Amino acid sequence: MIMASQIMRRLLRSQQANSPARVSSLLLGRTFSTESNPIVATLFPGDGIGPEIAESVKQVFRAADVPIEWEEHYVGKEIDPRTQSFLTWESLESVRRNKVGLKGPMATPIGKGHRSLNLTLRKELNLYANVRPCYSLPGYKTRYDDVDLVTIRENTEGEYSGLEHQVVRGVVESIKIITRQASLRVAEYAFHYATAHGRARVSAIHKANIMQKTDGLFLKCCREVAEKYPEITYEEVVIDNCCMMLVKNPALFDVLVMPNLYGDIISDLCAGLIGGLGLTPSCNIGEGGIALAEAVHGSAPDIAGKNMANPTALLLSAVTMLRHLELHDKADRIQEAILKTIAEGKYRTGDLGGTSTTTEFTKAICDNL
Amino acid sequence: MARKALPILKHLLQSAETPLPSLHARSVTYMPRPGDGAPRPVTLIPGDGIGPLVTGAVEQVMEAMHAPLYFERYDVHGDMKKIPQVVLDSIKKNKVCIKGGLMTPVGGGVSSLNVQLRKELDLYASLVNCFNLPGLPTRHENVDIVVIRENTEGEYAGLEHEVVPGVVESLKVITKFCSERIAKYAFEYAYLNNRKKVTAVHKANIMKLADGLFLESCREVATKYPGIKYNEIIVDNCCMQLVSKPEQFDVMVTPNLYGNLVANTAAGIAGGTGVMPGGNVGADTAVFEQGASAGNVGHMKLVEQKKANPVALLLSSAMMLRHLQFPSFADRLETAVKRVISGGKYRTKDLGGESTTQEVVDAVIAALD
Repeated sequence: MIMASQIMRRLLRSQQANSPARVSSLLLGRTFSTESNPIVATLFPGDGIGPEIAESVKQVFRAADVPIEWEEHYVGKEIDPRTQSFLTWESLESVRRNKVGLKGPMATPIGKGHRSLNLTLRKELNLYANVRPCYSLPGYKTRYDDVDLVTIRENTEGEYSGLEHQVVRGVVESIKIITRQASLRVAEYAFHYATAHGRARVSAIHKANIMQKTDGLFLKCCREVAEKYPEITYEEVVIDNCCMMLVKNPALFDVLVMPNLYGDIISDLCAGLIGGLGLTPSCNIGEGGIALAEAVHGSAPDIAGKNMANPTALLLSAVTMLRHLELHDKADRIQEAILKTIAEGKYRTGDLGGTSTTTEFTKAICDNL
Repeated sequence: MARKALPILKHLLQSAETPLPSLHARSVTYMPRPGDGAPRPVTLIPGDGIGPLVTGAVEQVMEAMHAPLYFERYDVHGDMKKIPQVVLDSIKKNKVCIKGGLMTPVGGGVSSLNVQLRKELDLYASLVNCFNLPGLPTRHENVDIVVIRENTEGEYAGLEHEVVPGVVESLKVITKFCSERIAKYAFEYAYLNNRKKVTAVHKANIMKLADGLFLESCREVATKYPGIKYNEIIVDNCCMQLVSKPEQFDVMVTPNLYGNLVANTAAGIAGGTGVMPGGNVGADTAVFEQGASAGNVGHMKLVEQKKANPVALLLSSAMMLRHLQFPSFADRLETAVKRVISGGKYRTKDLGGESTTQEVVDAVIAALD
């Protein structure tokens, strides 16, 4: 019963959201394709279990007749001097051209002299917002049944600017930077997302009672953007209150927008509420309407190649990607199929407590479409 | 045969009926020095919002128990520019203080008085004890976590400035001196309280120098306590584990900001910040207050309806009694509070009941033996 009402709620929300299509295409700078003209999307299968779960995604999309053509790129074996990392310039150009991508788990090779892969992607594609929709999967029981929130995290500055130095021996300073431009950008995206997906409330998370100028600037920007969207309720919550309320009653929150560090912690906390990183979708939004959906779990080298991996995170991320492309009906169908398969409980991979293989699970989803 | 069996049977039945020594056991006598029973002065700061209500509760219970202390009350409010010197002098003289929350105006240009007090008195360790109270239903069982948080530096150094309009910097300062003394306090606490494991919470994969220095200090101190297990965990993973498997944590030592988040999360999973005791301690003085910082001022409705939860401050005052070396008063107070909570009749709104503060206080006084 609860399951059915949750699915109904989500369907109603996404149906309501179909009106601001023009706003979104202006904002994102592109118009979307029709059935005859497939969209090209970049796919990074990644390492470890990446190729298997990417295969699952391709299968499910084929079974659902999604008009997407995949352009696959792999992480190279040598450092490309143009990007200073193992990702080649062609891969990045492909994402820039297609404006949509899906990324599997990538293990950064250990060594010196190159940037981490995630950092490269973020800097080169200017991915400024990380969006994680967290909702309880009906049928997979955790201690929290009524989670339905979205965390939007500023991804470029804040505490993760990497500007640290040793002042004198034993004293280290780390600089946290907040700029008006980045805060406005992420606040704009948060309110746009809320409007596009029929969300009623946006909460800005901060610690401005202590960090008055930095988080104060972030809040000021959020307030400015909030005035342009009067139909959405806007509130501000101090982060310690937010943490406590999240673990006591997650139903209190809807969309959360926050700077980098708080976003990191809160989005992982919300992932923990619904069952872990293996089930959480994630999407990075970049300048010019680029959307790179990714699975945030690790590459799990110990189960790679054994057909035991759980493709749910990558599948749900792909669904997020579809919603970004406004293919809402396809997205709903696939999401419903995934939820139904997990809820039925007959085909579950090892990490959810079952014994199915990746291929069996994928086939069950295709059957449920 | 029957004659022999009868007394054995009687003995067995009797021992089965004897209640387990839980709330009533008397520990071995505490031998005080002559003159220890003379009333000790304790500074009392009622604070803002629900502060006066809950400190009033503490005063009433102390009087009902005839505890050997008397309160020197000073009024401090959150909108004052600084803490009055007379208050600081009183705390330095008495060495012990109990206080309610002081409100910090958000973005108001006044630095938080709570933080000021901690810096003035150099209360470098903040302690929150989060545990499941018997009889209080929560989603997580077996929670017994003590969060020890560095209280003076880190992100709360308050060093912010506007570089150019629209770009603000905030400095996070980590020093070896402060990291070492908080690590020493954490291990000493674990040693003196028979705790088995200390976990350091950090984000050193991103903030390599700052949190790296913190970790280095913790590792050094860990080598001096071979009987206590030490491990490290990244803060976002830590929050995820807290909501799914909190029983793995024992004592946690953290820098300033992460400690705030972790303490509030741990308090939330164990029953809410209305019941968790805690305090701040330095080399010379100790200030006891509600453990986790969320909701320590409360909102206007709570104040008007007088439904604030006094349990946290009552348990903190029990900690204060132990700190002053009055163990039997502390035991009596804790037993009474636990009896009232497990009884279930007198609970304030945040615990799911409808009682007012005064009703809970009366119930605690009635439960004292």
